[in-house]
Amino acid sequence: MTATTPAAQAPTRSAARAGAEVRPLTFATLTLVEWRKQLDTRAGRWLLAVIALITAGVLAVMVAVNGGNHSFSAFLVATSTPMAMLLPIVGVLAATSEWSQRTALVTFTLEPRRTRVGIAKVVGAIGSGLALLVLAVGLAALAHLVVVSFRDADPAWDVTAQNVAYLAISVVLFMAQGVGFGLLLRSTPAAIVTLLLMPTLFGIVGGLVPGLADALPWIDLGTAGEPLLFGAALDAQGWAQLASASAIWVVAPLVGGLWRVARSEISSS
Amino acid sequence: MITVEHLTKRYGPVAAVDDVSFTVEPGHVTGFLGPNGAGKSTTMRMICGLTPATSGSARVLGKPFTALSNPGRRVGVLLDAAAQHSGRTGREVLTLAAMMTGVDRARIDSTLDVVGLTQREAARRVGQYSLGMRQRLGLASALLGDPEVLILDEPANGLDPAGIRWMRDLLHDFAGRGGTVLLSSHLLREMEQVADRLVVIGRGRIVAQGTKEELLRQAGAFVRSTDDAALAEALRRADVGVEALTTGGLAVEAEPLDVGRAAAAAGVVLAELRAADSRGLEELFLELTADDARESATVHTRQEVPA
Repeated sequence: MTATTPAAQAPTRSAARAGAEVRPLTFATLTLVEWRKQLDTRAGRWLLAVIALITAGVLAVMVAVNGGNHSFSAFLVATSTPMAMLLPIVGVLAATSEWSQRTALVTFTLEPRRTRVGIAKVVGAIGSGLALLVLAVGLAALAHLVVVSFRDADPAWDVTAQNVAYLAISVVLFMAQGVGFGLLLRSTPAAIVTLLLMPTLFGIVGGLVPGLADALPWIDLGTAGEPLLFGAALDAQGWAQLASASAIWVVAPLVGGLWRVARSEISSS
Repeated sequence: MITVEHLTKRYGPVAAVDDVSFTVEPGHVTGFLGPNGAGKSTTMRMICGLTPATSGSARVLGKPFTALSNPGRRVGVLLDAAAQHSGRTGREVLTLAAMMTGVDRARIDSTLDVVGLTQREAARRVGQYSLGMRQRLGLASALLGDPEVLILDEPANGLDPAGIRWMRDLLHDFAGRGGTVLLSSHLLREMEQVADRLVVIGRGRIVAQGTKEELLRQAGAFVRSTDDAALAEALRRADVGVEALTTGGLAVEAEPLDVGRAAAAAGVVLAELRAADSRGLEELFLELTADDARESATVHTRQEVPA
């Protein structure tokens, strides 16, 4: 049965095709592969199914209670909140599964430029996040349309382009952060716990140490990022605070994670 | 073609791989042998650019592995068959590899045929695969890009006898078409049948390399006489290594002609005299790596092998 190998039909292997036929892997393809890897596993699909179920559940409850009288923005908050909580996990898994499932060995032999793979993971994760954001906006609009049409709710199409743009920025930050922590810690539980505990911890510390209250917006992404979720337009200081907190909690772990991947040994154990 | 030059990997004070040099020529299956922990996998990971070398270099097709553009099309690599996402189907694993290497997806089906995985098996999750099926999938993944070089770490592990035979034929075939094959294995009988060149590593160092015939050919002679004790005494006086075999006769570290002369001088009547048998790979392996093996206390070392 071995004689049927297609390679057998190409007796002059190396010289003839070495240069011409072998195209290098483009970044677009690599990103597409990394994006697909987020969705083609059982864990990845479950995660998305859970997000969808929670979102649907929340919408159903909102349509039912209070006469269904909720604005578009209230619906969007409801659809985007479970996503915002679970999305970083998509990013984390995109990175950590290479180690927990030991696929790094294969990934980095097919593409030895490891930093490129890491960046493709970030872009792929952001793609997933933005796709889900579009879905969240769509579902919220649909839900609002339903209550307006069938439950006589007051129409309140109060979501501005700026709201959506801010949400998109937060999605980008969440996903990059998830991948960054995943690459840095290489352990799904450790990365998720760190991501979830961090804001809480900062809230507690900020509450306990009065002097820190002023500094908090500069160093805590939760505080600095609050306006992104249906807050007022950010002023110059707001942007500066967001940039500063993002540098600490998104850029630094991501750079550290990429650096670690590029430098470290990839082994199966 | 794989060229390894003075490759060294240190973990703290421990040299896992110590100044290893060898070449793997196209058209041959080169077996990489050594006890557990001798540095086989570390060397292979260094060749594939996964483990940074402390010093030395490895080139595949004339370049460092990491400098190959689209290495999946030039070099098929299987370093650990268990290293696949358990939640993905076999087909999905190959689809991802096809996307990354840019091969036509039609090749997935033909490659599945080559490694003997059915469409139904390919549709199952890797988590449900036996080790043998994972090896086949890993091999499919390595072969998918129609490479010129194969680097396989313990590919026979977990295969049943028919599977091992199939793999042997596959590798012979691959090398016969001008491909380069480097494979490690601890299954010595299989290695003896599949490899025509050997690189033996022990405790991070190359202890022997060459063609299988060269390495298995044994220096020395076997002799039986009417008075083995007297003959042994005579040979020892001439500073020749002698060992009395429990089955009768002597194993002598000298050419038959010299043994004959010694016997004549000592006046011993010979009953049988011939060059030593070509030894089995297992014997060679145990001899070469005896110092390093964990079971060294129980291994009977008979003679030093000239380097």
